Amino acid sequence: MDLTFTEAEEAFRHDIRSWLEHHVPAKPLRSMDTADGFEQHRDWERVLHGDRWSVVSWPEKYGGRNCTLIEWLIFEEEYYRSGAPGRVSANGVTLLGPTIFGFGTEEQKDRFLPKMASGEEIWAQGWSEPNAGSDLAGLKTKAVRDGQNFVVNGQKTWCSRGAFADWIFCIFRTDPEAQRHKGLTYFLVPADTPGMVRNPVGRLDGEPGFAELFFEDARVHESLILGGEGRGWNVAMATASSERGLNLRSPGRFMAPAERAVALYQRMSAERQDHTRDMQPAVRDQVIRNWISAQAYRWYTYATAARLMGGGHMGPEASLMKVFWSEMDVEIHATALRMAGAQGELMSTAPDAVDGGVWMDGYQFALSGPIYAGTNEIQRNIIAERVLGLPR
Amino acid sequence: MQFAFTEDQLLFRDAMRDLLANECKPEAVRASWENDTGRVPGLWHKLVEMGVAALTAPEAMGGLGMNEVDLVLLHEEAGRAALPDLLIEHTAVALPLLAEVGESSWLARAAAGEVVVGVGVGSPYVLYADQCDVLLLAHADELHAVLSTDVTLTAQRAVDYSRRLFSVAWSPSAATLIARGDAAGQAVVDACDRGALAAAAQCVGIAQRLIEVTVEYVGQREQFGKIVGSYQAVKHQIANALLAVEFARPLTYVAAYAVANTTPHRAREVSMAKAVASDAVDKAARVALQCHGAIGYTFEYDLHLWMKRGWSLAAAWGDASFHRDRVGRELGI
Repeated sequence: MDLTFTEAEEAFRHDIRSWLEHHVPAKPLRSMDTADGFEQHRDWERVLHGDRWSVVSWPEKYGGRNCTLIEWLIFEEEYYRSGAPGRVSANGVTLLGPTIFGFGTEEQKDRFLPKMASGEEIWAQGWSEPNAGSDLAGLKTKAVRDGQNFVVNGQKTWCSRGAFADWIFCIFRTDPEAQRHKGLTYFLVPADTPGMVRNPVGRLDGEPGFAELFFEDARVHESLILGGEGRGWNVAMATASSERGLNLRSPGRFMAPAERAVALYQRMSAERQDHTRDMQPAVRDQVIRNWISAQAYRWYTYATAARLMGGGHMGPEASLMKVFWSEMDVEIHATALRMAGAQGELMSTAPDAVDGGVWMDGYQFALSGPIYAGTNEIQRNIIAERVLGLPR
Repeated sequence: MQFAFTEDQLLFRDAMRDLLANECKPEAVRASWENDTGRVPGLWHKLVEMGVAALTAPEAMGGLGMNEVDLVLLHEEAGRAALPDLLIEHTAVALPLLAEVGESSWLARAAAGEVVVGVGVGSPYVLYADQCDVLLLAHADELHAVLSTDVTLTAQRAVDYSRRLFSVAWSPSAATLIARGDAAGQAVVDACDRGALAAAAQCVGIAQRLIEVTVEYVGQREQFGKIVGSYQAVKHQIANALLAVEFARPLTYVAAYAVANTTPHRAREVSMAKAVASDAVDKAARVALQCHGAIGYTFEYDLHLWMKRGWSLAAAWGDASFHRDRVGRELGI
């Protein structure tokens, strides 16, 4: 066991830290779930990509640096520590990207990965349907073969960033006779496909972060199938594993706000001397709990990284990670709002907003964590059944 | 960065698990509740023979010269088996404490397996003081090694009957003094950290075992014509306990590494580990009892052997609140 970073790892940390110091925009970008904010975030992806920081763990030929998993974790720690903008390309580079590496043809890798890395093509995920959320295998949107094309009819919903994305990765039912998990196929769908209409839907925070997608005889070419016709469930589960485990939500993402909450406590307890709004010991205890949770997630992840680098695979324990990080994220932001007290409800444009209103924004976003990527109730079923072996 | 144990460390853990599977079955633990010593007869001798008891003593003195990273997995096994013995006090705390203050005569005899050393730092009570040859006791800024024949013991019965705790009345003298001043102070702080680390690892092992026996029980028990463990209300409780244990374990290993390598943040790492491990075993004990139902609430059923050890060790060497407060102070809040 060696919990020190190697010289190469420390040098890597230094490089990304100093790059971020020089490049992170001084002024926060608009929400990526608005039309202009989306384009601002796309521009930021181009800046990252320009110096090969957008997909550090990918091979160089696709725009990456061929980094180890450890270096990627270091990148993430530094990225979130610096307060850099959120990654509008996250659905692509952290969910679809690894799935294309696992299941894509060479042509698909060459076609999609470089533009995903550069931000030229931003991806959204189109899986959920009005009647297929947690029960994803119950999805009904049909894709019927017609020569080299598939004709798609149906509806997708809760498609994050779907209002502005350039491409959408979807799962459709290609064999109407097959039941449930069988007969599904994973498609890569251009957002400008004729016959596909998208309607923005306001998210909890009021921004059009979601889209509904309506397919009416939309035609998608067979070359846009990922992983083979009828094999969509297997491919989707690879994406889901990325989504629940360490790919989408690295420790750095939670260590940063947990650390900022400690600083907020210091500031608030110094400012608030009057007895009515004094900082309560219970708040301090929760600030510490959250900080420890972020450390626990960090070290769990480094242990997982060591296992994966030693040839291990990410199994159902990804569900443990998903429950842990999503509930920790809610706690971190809820605690910060308690510290903000009467100012907690103030939004970014309010003169008195604490830390520019980021805590309420973050809280509203964090509340989606226990729902997306399979609700935490589903994750707890998976933990009980597939990690502990309890009967279905 | 290589967060993994070596093959040798894992093999040593397996050997410990095998030993305890044979020698420290639940019926043996239960018997220790009723016998004179509170321990499993003959088992300490086997731990001495295996090198576990003096694992932390220098090789030159007959120990194995190993450190906390080697030891942490063995504590986890001790917790799993609810081993009623002195692995925390003698092995994890006393021997390194003697080494740190340079008291080599007792250390050499302990390393040779000739004496058992008890500790009275970090707690007002000394575990198995009646069976120790010498006790390490603090007095103001001094540390003393006192023969157990020179003290007066008062038994303090614990909820876990195997934990034979004693208050100790004693008088410090020049003959018993082994360290004083800042050196003694730092040594005692380090000793308490080692005790907290060892207790954290045992808590993780106990919690893991509580989950295993609960999964086994609810996987067989039927109600309303269905296996109880197929109900989501039960599944989710056990999943929550597992979450607590899984995310406590890596922090325990990090703390072991920090203590073994005397890193600057070792106190904080130990406190993080003890805080989450104490909470994890507390959670696992409550979930285990609830999922067992009434059978788990009986004295005859084995569940309480682990549950009560869990309560004890969750509180010993600083409970979760104490250690969270310490982390907070390290963070400057």
